[in-house]
Amino acid sequence: MVPEVGLLALIVALCLSLVLSVFPLIGSYSGDLRLMSQARVLSFGLLVFVALSFACLVWAFVSDDFSVDYVARHSNSLLPWQYKISATWGGHEGSLLLWVLILVGWMAAVARKSNHLPPELVARVLAVMGMVTVGFLLFTVLTSNPFSRLLPFSPPDGADLNPLLQDVGLIVHPPMLYMGYVGFAVAFAFAIAALLGGHLDSAWARWVRPWTTVAWLFLTLGIALGSWWAYYELGWGGWWFWDPVENASLMPWLVGTALIHSLAVTEKRGLFKSWTLLLAICTFSLSLLGTFLVRSGVLTSVHAFANDPERGVFILFYLMVVVGASLTLFALRAPGVDNRIQFAALSRETLLLVNNILLTASAATVLLGTLFPLLLESLDLGMISVGPPYFNAMFVPMTLLLAFALGIGVLLNWKRGTAQWLISQTRWIVMTCVIGGFAFARMFGQDLQVMQVLAMALVLWIVLTMARDMINKTRNAPGFWRGLRRLGPAYLGMHLAHLGLAVTIVGVVISSGYSVQRDLRMTPGDRVMLGDYQFRFDGVGARDGPNYHSDYGSVTVYQDGRQMTVLHPEKRLYTTMPMTEAAIDPGFTRDIYVALGEPLGGDGSWALRLHIKPFVRWIWLGAILMALGGALAISDRRYRVKIRNRIRCRSSEGVSRA
Amino acid sequence: MNAVRRQRLILVMLLLAGVVLAVTLVLFALRENIDHYFSPMQMAAGDAPVGQRMRGGGLVVPGSVERDNESLKVRFRISDGDGEVTVFYEGILPDLFVEGSGVVALGVLDSDGFFTATQVLAKHDANYMPPEVQKAIDAVHAKTGYIKPVAQSELRSLQDGT
Repeated sequence: MVPEVGLLALIVALCLSLVLSVFPLIGSYSGDLRLMSQARVLSFGLLVFVALSFACLVWAFVSDDFSVDYVARHSNSLLPWQYKISATWGGHEGSLLLWVLILVGWMAAVARKSNHLPPELVARVLAVMGMVTVGFLLFTVLTSNPFSRLLPFSPPDGADLNPLLQDVGLIVHPPMLYMGYVGFAVAFAFAIAALLGGHLDSAWARWVRPWTTVAWLFLTLGIALGSWWAYYELGWGGWWFWDPVENASLMPWLVGTALIHSLAVTEKRGLFKSWTLLLAICTFSLSLLGTFLVRSGVLTSVHAFANDPERGVFILFYLMVVVGASLTLFALRAPGVDNRIQFAALSRETLLLVNNILLTASAATVLLGTLFPLLLESLDLGMISVGPPYFNAMFVPMTLLLAFALGIGVLLNWKRGTAQWLISQTRWIVMTCVIGGFAFARMFGQDLQVMQVLAMALVLWIVLTMARDMINKTRNAPGFWRGLRRLGPAYLGMHLAHLGLAVTIVGVVISSGYSVQRDLRMTPGDRVMLGDYQFRFDGVGARDGPNYHSDYGSVTVYQDGRQMTVLHPEKRLYTTMPMTEAAIDPGFTRDIYVALGEPLGGDGSWALRLHIKPFVRWIWLGAILMALGGALAISDRRYRVKIRNRIRCRSSEGVSRA
Repeated sequence: MNAVRRQRLILVMLLLAGVVLAVTLVLFALRENIDHYFSPMQMAAGDAPVGQRMRGGGLVVPGSVERDNESLKVRFRISDGDGEVTVFYEGILPDLFVEGSGVVALGVLDSDGFFTATQVLAKHDANYMPPEVQKAIDAVHAKTGYIKPVAQSELRSLQDGT
């Protein structure tokens, strides 16, 4: 019964979204306020019905209703309850439903927070988001219905959730990532609405910025969570593999980052308008591409894609409609929105342009590396794979260039600057960076690695130019800290996010350059030195978990002859497959990482993987700082000042009436 | 030509040069880092290049896995039904490396026809099998009672299964 209610709610939602994508739009052209105001009500209605549908699916999981095909494939009666809930988005159908739920959630948020916007704009934005919802709901209902039943022969128990997904990281990771992906739909809808309306001013940019930044910060956290999960769950100690699935999330992040910066120029200077619109369209298109690549099976096999004509064709068609229609609209209307404003070659505008070029170029290289094998295979030109060396060769230099441009961009003012001034500002900073880079290489490694020196020098460069800018900007204030506070949260948020980038680079550089690793065979009692630590293997025992058996290893770690910690790496056997559970001793400046390989021979010896990874935590710490920076930036007063004015107006009206 | 135009021209030229440079670099990097796939049959028949990094994949032949007693060295054979090739590897094998199941190895083929792997990958989901592979296997199985070749698409799925 409950699953049928879920499906019914989904169909009602589909009808609502159809209405939403047509009537408010008509109203926005005919000037009919009643039609336009429907958009809000419909958005809230959509949220109610999709949430109801989602709740039904969760209920089917929690109540072990294995007559539902999707539940039978992704759950099991022994699964702990929290994983039963997260199993809701453990497969294709459920994650689509989660996608839609988050999309309508964003719509309801836009509907609620847009009181101060022109009614035409609100109607158009919500109508465009309604169209996106129509596509997704149609896709769900027609090809990926999560509620279809296995009757009359329903299985007595489910096939179990993939053990890799039975983890806290995977409870939070997809919703975070989707919050990001789908959040860019808001920026997309605003861009389309601006194109429909034919004009775009800095007020528009001010409205879009907070939405875009929120989406971006969720995507940042989502990617970081995914990377952290891969690090401790996959059992080989890497944190990024340039896997197509990861690339799918990185591309919208790169273009979205470019969008945030371009929006800043559009708001402050009224420039880059059509470019901003294009970026908004591209970011969302890449989000769509990412979702589909990961969830449709396109990536795992081109052939499966072709052999599942319903889903595959729908996906292609939907992508073509969204991208094609929005780009056509862009081509027709964009030339009208730009205005001619001059800026000098050496100005913050130029540097932000450089930032945008670098970010979109790196997104393009990632796109090429990800889709190239698919393209060749679908044309029957052979099977290839593009390995990490390609991505590293492209991505690392561009990131370093980006870091360099960042420092200059932060220092320079809008409109114009002079080379002379810039040199006078950075003379000492450059020297400090060069010395610091070499000093770092001396400290850490025996041999000199050019990339590490360069990267650390650029990290210093980011931090020092940032400090220089803060000193410049607070010069006329009564004190440094009071001056900083006066500069406002948006400014501080920018610096915090940039600091996050620097911290992430430190983590990447040190952990990839100076990690030590050994895979070896150990018999109980064996000792081995690795870095500053000594490891003693104490053997493997047996344990039982709620839905798995475990080989429970013990490894004692010594430092300077003192026992430091005992780690327990595990090898778990779930109903469907075995899994490695690494044991990690986390630290601010280093992680100790131990994973069990496989049993070797009858004497209790095992293959063990030992890692010492310096500063690896900084990679994710940096992402957290970036997200915090974003949160700080949108807390800025200027995004709310309009609402307050209105409230003030209203209350003064009330007073005068009284 | 006035100053503004000249500036714009320079900007356009710089942009163009940058794009050309970038595209060249990208294509170069791409060409250097592509790993082609060769099946065990192709390797056994000598159709695969010797001494060049490539990917090979197939089903692990049951009973062929031999471990060294002292180290993590391991030797096994992979098959696609038509040909077999011996793989050498030193290190920890992935969780889902099971005799009879599919793996993909990254490595180099030597002139004696042995494949030395630097990396061995197995899929992350024990249940996943693209529908047409399942169909093909079922068909062969029904006819001969023996699970024969691994389709290329299955190998892709193994490799991308993160």
